[in-house]
Amino acid sequence: MEFLSEYLTYWSEDYSSILDYMYEHILISFTVIILAVAISVPLAIYMTKMKSNKIKGLIFNIANVFQTIPTIAMLAIMIPLMGIGFRPAVVALLLYSLLPLLRNTYSGMESVSSEIVEAAKGMGFSTFQRLFKVELPVAFPYVMSGIRVTAVYIISWTTLAALIGAGGLGDLVLAGIGYNDQYMIFTGTILAIVIAVSLDLVLGRIEKIVKRA
Amino acid sequence: MIELKNIGKTFDDGFQALKDIDLTFEEGKINVLIGPSGCGKTTTMKLLNRLVDYTQGEILIDEENIKDINPITLRRKMGFVIQNIGLFPHMTIYNNVATVPKLLKWEKKKIRNRVVELLEMVNLDPETYMLRYPSELSGGQQQRIGVIRALAAEPSTILMDEPFSALDPISREQLQDELLRLQSEINKTIIFVTHDMDEAIKIADQIILMKDGNIVQKGSPQQILENPANDFVKDFIGEKRLGMDRKLPQLNEFISKDYIAVSDDTSVELAMDKMIANQIAEAPVVKHDGSYAGVINLYEMLSNKDQNLQDLINQSSSVITEEEETENVLKKLDKLHGSTPIISAGNALVGILDKDKLLQALKDVTEGKSGVA
Repeated sequence: MEFLSEYLTYWSEDYSSILDYMYEHILISFTVIILAVAISVPLAIYMTKMKSNKIKGLIFNIANVFQTIPTIAMLAIMIPLMGIGFRPAVVALLLYSLLPLLRNTYSGMESVSSEIVEAAKGMGFSTFQRLFKVELPVAFPYVMSGIRVTAVYIISWTTLAALIGAGGLGDLVLAGIGYNDQYMIFTGTILAIVIAVSLDLVLGRIEKIVKRA
Repeated sequence: MIELKNIGKTFDDGFQALKDIDLTFEEGKINVLIGPSGCGKTTTMKLLNRLVDYTQGEILIDEENIKDINPITLRRKMGFVIQNIGLFPHMTIYNNVATVPKLLKWEKKKIRNRVVELLEMVNLDPETYMLRYPSELSGGQQQRIGVIRALAAEPSTILMDEPFSALDPISREQLQDELLRLQSEINKTIIFVTHDMDEAIKIADQIILMKDGNIVQKGSPQQILENPANDFVKDFIGEKRLGMDRKLPQLNEFISKDYIAVSDDTSVELAMDKMIANQIAEAPVVKHDGSYAGVINLYEMLSNKDQNLQDLINQSSSVITEEEETENVLKKLDKLHGSTPIISAGNALVGILDKDKLLQALKDVTEGKSGVA
């Protein structure tokens, strides 16, 4: 009980800075997610229409390489290139999110059976109608699961962005380590989890609504 | 009318899929393209909605060159049923059937009426099925939807690419029957690809048999069964089916000359003795000039011994005339007794029907053997 009341006192004293960290965290991670979807999904769709397997392989390999760089190293590399703060953090995390999104969207599009594509062609869908009315809706669950997985990863990785001065809940955790303050570490962690779980729920809800429409 | 003139198709890798195809698809008929795999039947069909483009010759649809028609417009005017059904899994049955009308921007009400009408046409209750998804239907039901989806925008031509081959035999039979019933109502030009000869014989008005990119033979199922062009056709049709169409031998094969006849001027007493001696209950009666008079019955005579034989002749007993088709005789076989007389055009008694021999011949034919020796 004592722990709880102490913790509540901590919140009542620091809530405005806690909410600031949270806001920064959401800002960074959501920017990354939106940009990643905007880049990867169209790219993956374009790749399924591409004839050259070489170029496809090259893109996947590049995305793969980004994925293998340790997160902390990736952020560190950004400092000489782009300095510190919001922008380098977004770019680093964006490079990470490419592969899972590309892979999922690509395999989703590939999962649309050739019969369905042929039926759509033979019934007189134009290329764009086919893409938006048939192929994407059929691939949608794949695309969506890619987005959900990536979103959860990004929110958790964003805590590391604090290392290059981008702020966010990572700052709270780092400060907690510095002051040996368990409340700070605990709060930063819990809030990052809460953001991730809420976003996943929202995305799940969106998926259901879109599917029904 | 769809005409293919000197059509050739060479793929990019140099494979010549079609060689100089000349073909007319009959209007309002079921045209079946058939042949072993790789013969070019599917390619030929896909030329028509330009899923495949030919490299030589020309195709005319109602005198208009197919290359002058926008492929998208062309496809919306043709129904298309594909092998593995190809229903859109994310759409309800309603939306699947309404696909082409929607692409053609029909009014909502018109689309709805059309969908309901089509579902009723294949005996699927619109209220029950309209809002279901394809995965909630059986294979047979799904392909029914596939067929009515192709009919939705009232195309004059329907392309069907082995539509029933993935179904179980019972559903396949049902759908074939249903297609024939539908066709009798709608009279579309149907181009139907299959590799199943039984299916072709059952549904086709015109069969086009292909091999290695050439047309080997075309004609009605009967023409092909009766006059297979060469050994390949015979092989493809199969001995069994060729036997199916083999006619029964002429009636004179079944006339027995070995019979007991009674002349109409004998006494009842003598006639009875003769029939009892030969263990027959009925015998034809002939006049002295050899012409047929009727049939006499032994039991009739037994109870009317004192009467004149001529008064006991049953003249209305059934007879067969010599010229009748064997098939015709078979049809009334149940009405014929053991020794039905066969008479000539001049009313002379020629013999009696050998029922056992006829049944044996029928058995041989249905078993696919060579008929009567």
